Amino acid sequence: MYLKKSRGYLLSKKIDQFFLDLYDALQFVLRFFKEVFRPPYEIREVIRQCFQVGYRSLFLISLTGFITGIVFTKQSRPSLSEFGAQSWLPSLVAIAIIRALAPLVTALIASGKVGSNIGAELGSMKVTEQIDAMEVSAVNPFKFLVVSRILATTFMLPVLMSYMGFVAMLGAFLNVHSNEQTTFVLFFQNAFDKISFLDIFSSLIKSFVYGFTIGAVACYKGFHAKNGTEGVGKAANAAVVLSMFLIFVEEILIVQIANSFR
Amino acid sequence: MIHIRDLYKSFGDNEVLQGIDLDVFEKENVVVLGRSGSGKSVLIKIICGLLKPDSGTVQVLGQEVDKLNDRDLRELRLKVGFSFQNSALYDSMSVRENLAFPLVRNVRNLSRKEVNRQIESMLNDVGLSQTIDQMPSELSGGQRKRIGIARTLILRPQIMLYDEPTSGLDPITSIEINNLINHVRHKFSTTSIIITHDLTCAKSTGDRLAMLFEGKFISQGTFDEVFTSDDERIQDFYKYNFIQNDLERASSHKQHH
Repeated sequence: MYLKKSRGYLLSKKIDQFFLDLYDALQFVLRFFKEVFRPPYEIREVIRQCFQVGYRSLFLISLTGFITGIVFTKQSRPSLSEFGAQSWLPSLVAIAIIRALAPLVTALIASGKVGSNIGAELGSMKVTEQIDAMEVSAVNPFKFLVVSRILATTFMLPVLMSYMGFVAMLGAFLNVHSNEQTTFVLFFQNAFDKISFLDIFSSLIKSFVYGFTIGAVACYKGFHAKNGTEGVGKAANAAVVLSMFLIFVEEILIVQIANSFR
Repeated sequence: MIHIRDLYKSFGDNEVLQGIDLDVFEKENVVVLGRSGSGKSVLIKIICGLLKPDSGTVQVLGQEVDKLNDRDLRELRLKVGFSFQNSALYDSMSVRENLAFPLVRNVRNLSRKEVNRQIESMLNDVGLSQTIDQMPSELSGGQRKRIGIARTLILRPQIMLYDEPTSGLDPITSIEINNLINHVRHKFSTTSIIITHDLTCAKSTGDRLAMLFEGKFISQGTFDEVFTSDDERIQDFYKYNFIQNDLERASSHKQHH
């Protein structure tokens, strides 16, 4: 009776589909780890993708990093002044940028800029049968398209995050310098006074994880696009939305783990 | 070369192939004719291992396709070329890169000079050597089809599978593609399956026809044998095809003026 009512689904159509999709996604990630160590290695394609990932996000990351540094410093000054703790401004800004803002903002920008691009690119290749064409010409499309892109996002996110951290600190310095006439060396000495190895290490780990997430989600969504051009749009959109959601979940988890070591 | 027995394939409730039997012999051109949605493309996608059958056997060059592991399937695919309906050219790559892509990944230790030589020779064969540095977006529909065929042929397959080679082309370009299919057969000694709904293409390229209707072959034989049949479904298809061809010709004539 129940089976008849639910047309043969185990729980309901939507719940069954959710678990099937989850299983599919897991298989996809496992296949990445299987293929990544198996020759032939598409090194030229990985380098090309690294350049694409870095180049595509560089302008936006420079701009956002610089503005974040200035605005955060500007907004924090009045509160610190109230307690006469203005001299702590460089340390506060450095902690905020290195521990949280740089990895998170870089990941969100990369997810919008790179994730949507990968989702749309692979999605359009899927619906125009270019991925099938690779497969029938005895080329492993997973290795060429997916592995190279996931590796590129995983390795480029920490680089972009470090660059963004530097640009944001530069923005913060300019703001502090224009108000307090501090020197470049003194500002950075103060700023890094309160930064520990764990702060830098956990941020690097975070950006590796975010990079992997952005690449894996975008490739998965693109690789499974269907229903023509509409499907391509959906793949690009889902790549951004899902990777952003997962980034926030990962942020909470990694912060919890890092705090347990402090 | 290809032996298919009792092949079934369905997608959900839609039973696309319902017990297909087909034999294709060496250096033979077999045309699978049928209306859109009759399961023609599904059939050749199963032959090259892009889709798995629900039941039945597909033997290509002595190997059962759905029982091959990844490595053996890749080996087999070097011998089976697939020309896609929409050409499926890699649109981020130039014509040269499109042709080089399967070649450099499957034939080891080729010098750059040798790769270029093979690409140029293949483009000469399809009559498009002038497009070598163009992007796919700069090519016409007919040119894309030819480049798609050239990309497939560069691995020198023994079997060619053509999915709707003339669809979306004007009658003159369609004839050029039909001639190219015949040229490929003679120059490269290929065995081919041509999937089409175009009777002109079927008549000029096929040694033998197999008429697919609602997932089953309803007739097999030469063009004349199939179309002298009294079967109403075949006669309807014949009549409809000529009406459609006349309409296409009229529309093409209008565009030229």
